[in-house]
Order: sequence, then C-alpha cells, then structure tokens
Amino acid sequence: MTTLPLRVGGLSWRVRPRGVAVTLTGLVLLALLMALNMRIGDIELTLPEVVAGTFDPGSAAHFVIMELRLPRALTGALVGAALALSGAIIQSIARNPLASPEILGVTTGASVTVVAGVVASGSAYGGASGLLSTLGIPALALLGGLLGATVVYALAWRRGLDGYRLVLVGIGVAAVFTNLKFWLLTVGDVNDTSRAMVWISGSLNGRGWEHVTPTALALAVLVPLTLLGTRSLDALRFGDDTVTALGVRMNPARALMILAAVLLAAVATASAGPIAFVALAAPQIALRLDRSGRPPLLCSAVVGGVLTTGADLIARTAFSPLELPVGIVTAVLGAPYLIHLIWRSRK
Amino acid sequence: MRAQAAEPDPQAANVRLRAAGVKLGYGERVIVDGLDLGVEAGTVTTIIGPNGCGKSTLLRALGRLLKPQGGEVLLDGKRIDRLPTREVAKVLGVLPQAPSAPEGLTVADLVARGRHPHQTWYRQWSSDDEGAVAAALDMTGLADLAERPLEELSGGQRQRAWISMALAQGTDLLLLDEPTTFLDLAHQVEVLELVRHLHQEGGRTVVMVLHDLNLAARYADRLVAMRAGRVIASGAPHEVLTEDLLREVFELDAKVIADPVAGTPLVVPIGPLTRT
Repeated sequence: MTTLPLRVGGLSWRVRPRGVAVTLTGLVLLALLMALNMRIGDIELTLPEVVAGTFDPGSAAHFVIMELRLPRALTGALVGAALALSGAIIQSIARNPLASPEILGVTTGASVTVVAGVVASGSAYGGASGLLSTLGIPALALLGGLLGATVVYALAWRRGLDGYRLVLVGIGVAAVFTNLKFWLLTVGDVNDTSRAMVWISGSLNGRGWEHVTPTALALAVLVPLTLLGTRSLDALRFGDDTVTALGVRMNPARALMILAAVLLAAVATASAGPIAFVALAAPQIALRLDRSGRPPLLCSAVVGGVLTTGADLIARTAFSPLELPVGIVTAVLGAPYLIHLIWRSRK
Repeated sequence: MRAQAAEPDPQAANVRLRAAGVKLGYGERVIVDGLDLGVEAGTVTTIIGPNGCGKSTLLRALGRLLKPQGGEVLLDGKRIDRLPTREVAKVLGVLPQAPSAPEGLTVADLVARGRHPHQTWYRQWSSDDEGAVAAALDMTGLADLAERPLEELSGGQRQRAWISMALAQGTDLLLLDEPTTFLDLAHQVEVLELVRHLHQEGGRTVVMVLHDLNLAARYADRLVAMRAGRVIASGAPHEVLTEDLLREVFELDAKVIADPVAGTPLVVPIGPLTRT
C-alpha cells in the first residue's frame, strides 16, 4: 500500500508514508546544513558558540551569526525552496521534466532589467553600497521577472494554455532575453558589468535580513495557496478533455498555478539572482526520492532548500578566501546528481 | 425522410440532455450547424456516421468539452455552460476519445481520480470515495489489477479502467466517445456488455459514438445516424439501419439481414456505392 487514509471527523486525506519520510529527512538534513553553515567560515565556531551567538546579544559571535551567516543561510534556504516549488508547478503543468521558471521568462526577464539598470545608472550611484544595490536590484528583478512572464504568457495564449506551446514560446523568449542581456553587458562600463555578472550567476554573498524578510513573507502567502492547488495539479496532468470532464475549470486552474510559480520564482530571483538549476533539478530529485507520479510540491521545496544551502556552504568555504557565486555550485553539484538519478531509474 | 422518429418533446421531463440548434466547430471550420437532439433518461443512444460527420464533435458538445458557437446544450433543462462545471461532473461523466493518462499511473490512481468533483482540499479521501472506487473496480472486473500501472494492461483492460474512472465519478449520465477503438472484437463485446450492464442494472443513461454498425445496432435502444453535420435518421435500430440509409449515409451498398443471435439488424456489405 503506497497511501494511507487519514480521516478525522468529516475531514479526510491520503497520506503517502514515503513522501512524509522523505520530506522529514530533508528537513533534518536542512537543519544540519544550516548548523554547519553557522559553524564554518573565516571564523570557525563551536556549536555552543553558535547557540550563544544566536540567542545572546552580548556574545562574541553574535555579529557573525545574526548579521552575516544566519540571514545568508536563511535567504539561501528560502530562495531554494521557492525556486524548487516554482519548478515543480511548472513541470507538472507543462508535463515536461525540462520545464523551469526560465521557460516562463522570469529569470531571463529579471536578468535583462537588472543588467539594464546597472549599466544605465552605474556611474551615477557609484559603489555597490548605493541604494540600487539593496532595494533597487530586487525591485528591478521583480519587475523584470513579471514582465518576462507576461510576455511569454501573452505569446503562448491561444484560446487556452497548452503546456507544450508554453515551453516552446518560453524557450524562444528566453533566447531573446539572454542575447539582449549579453548585448547590454558589452555596451556597459566594465566595472558595472562585472558587478552585474555576479548577480547574474546567482549569489548569496552579503545577503542580510532585508532579503530574508520579503522572501519569507512571500513564501508564507504563496506556499499555502500553492498547496491548496495540489488537487488541480493532479487533475491537470491528464488530457484536456479529461480535465474538463472531471469538473476542473482548466484555464483558470492552470493560470492560477502558473501565476503562483511566476511569483515564487520572481521573489527568489529578486533576492539572490537567477540561481541556476535548482528549479529544474530539485523537483526531479524529489520526484525520484518520493516515487510519486509528479514532482511533489512540499518535498521539492525542501530538496530545493537543502540543495541551495549545501551549495552555498561549498561556495563560501571550498576555495576560501575566494567565494564562488552559489549558482555556479548548484549547477556543478545538481547536474551530476540529476544525471545519476535518471540513469539509475532507467535500469 | 424515412425512419425519422419524432424528436422527443423538448418539454418532456424524461429528456436528460438536449442539443438545441447547436452550431459546432473549431475556429472558422463549422462541422455541425443547427442540430437538435434529445437524449431520454434510461436509454442507450448510439451515434453512427461516416468519418468526419461530426459525431464526436456532437458528443464533445453534449459533454461541455466543446462550447457551441451557436444554440445551446441543456442538461436537465438548464444551460450546461451556465452550470458550475464541477456540479455537472457530479451528474455527467464523459470518457473522451483515446484519453491520455500520466506515465506510471496505476489503475487504482486513475479510478480514484474520478472522485475529483466530490472532493475538496479538506475532504480528499472519504470512505464514500474509497467505496465508490472499490465498487467501480469490481464492476469492471479490475480489482485484481488495481495496483498495476496502466501501460502494462491490455487495450481492453485499459479501456475498462477508463470506464471505471467514469463510474467512480458516480454519474447516472455517461458519454462514451468510441469506447471500443483499437480493441479486438472480443474486447469490443466485453466493453459493450459492460455498458449494457450499467444501463440495465444501474439504470444509467448512456450516449456513445461507435464505428461498428452491427454492434451499435445490438447494444443501442436508439440509433442516431449523422452525415455532414446533420442527423439523417434517428430511432430504434431496425427503423434506422436500412439498406437505403446505408446508401445515403455511408455510400455503401449492403444487405441488411436479421442478426441470427440478437435479432437486431445486421449489415452485410456488398461494396461501395456504384454511381450511375
């Protein structure tokens, strides 16, 4: 039996023990990685020092933990979860394991506006400590992500939304945006564009509470809404006629879930830049661990958090004192694992 | 026009589903224009006609899978497009032509999906759901195959699984679009016997599209013959399935004899109509 009925009064659910086990294991792993992230760095801390630093404002480690490491690790976990959840939704709707928020124009759209903003205003605001680097870039990224998604959506809509059509249009739009971004990078000032490049790779460097709070708030709203749509997502995997026959209002259901995916990806990108591969790989990794029919939402989010937090630990420490953008590590780390899982599941 | 049985009275209480002057098509291409059809409660109505005559299009419109460009479809006297689609799904089950399921889905998962219109986020697997799924699997003889992935089943078993899903939906109206396509004769008979059982034991109203005229004649209370988007004849099988009609609708020269088993009309083809 792969599912167990859970009934309380008039309420009832089906629970997959395996899914619950995988999700809980992931959460434990995430906690361990967070703890490691608190300990390791330029200043090595013991676990008691970490605990003291977290709760005692007077302790020596307080600044390192509460101002540097914790907000950064939290941003990574939240952003990873948001990207993975977004990817899980899009892969389910497109019925295609290679679909990701990039396909929806979110990450590429955000890259264009951010690069354009940095290039246009670079010399005007000077160093990286200007207003644009804290509030401006996330706002630009959010705007660009939503604009990019709107363009893809408008072009893909034809008396309804078709998964394959969405993917094809998305790939085309992504190519246009990517080249637009490269063109902007070539015309920009070298100092500005190198700063933009770090952002484009997806970096958690210097992320503080001002990144944690908006991301956490957005997730607090979007995650429950997304989980409410789980049943629609299950139905939407069938052919269009079957979906309608089952009494699902297909286009509104699809549009709402895509909107949630777009917002999740846009918020994540605004906080940490377009971190590569998490949205693509995490749902597929979760799917194979969980062995359900489609990328599981909650489990994907946890896997996304684990993947990003683990990757950032490596990005911070592997080549110390040099720091890599986390996006480079997620790609290098996630890709072989995904290939391994696919290869193993074919046997 | 021969054998044109009077269209059931639109006001009659026993008309469950009705197409009233519907205009159907895809974009610019109009396939059916101004068609009327009423489906009476407790009957098996089978739509026949040559390829491209609009029979599947009509069935899709009756099942609100296709929105009419003109006219209206009425379910129990109410416009189907104005009823919440979820409420419609509690009364009307549709099995589309060659339905597609996600990869790796088991029979039990597929059939459980039929409970969708009865569920909410806080009531996803009630004992009613469980009972309806078990009953649907029993009725189609698939209980032993419940945990098998759909793609491992034979064509006949797979078709029975899809019918189970429609049964689990618990509707007393069933629309089946070519439920016997791709099946060998034994499996076609198996599926149609199931339909007959659902109708006779469960009192369900069934509308289906079939290609095989002899099976259509044997398993229908009422045949509707269509050509080029129009209903040419409608009535009991022996009234509709005549040699003249086969010439007019199918451009087929044929002899119609009594089926030695069921006594229903049996079409024995001679050849395509020779034009003189």
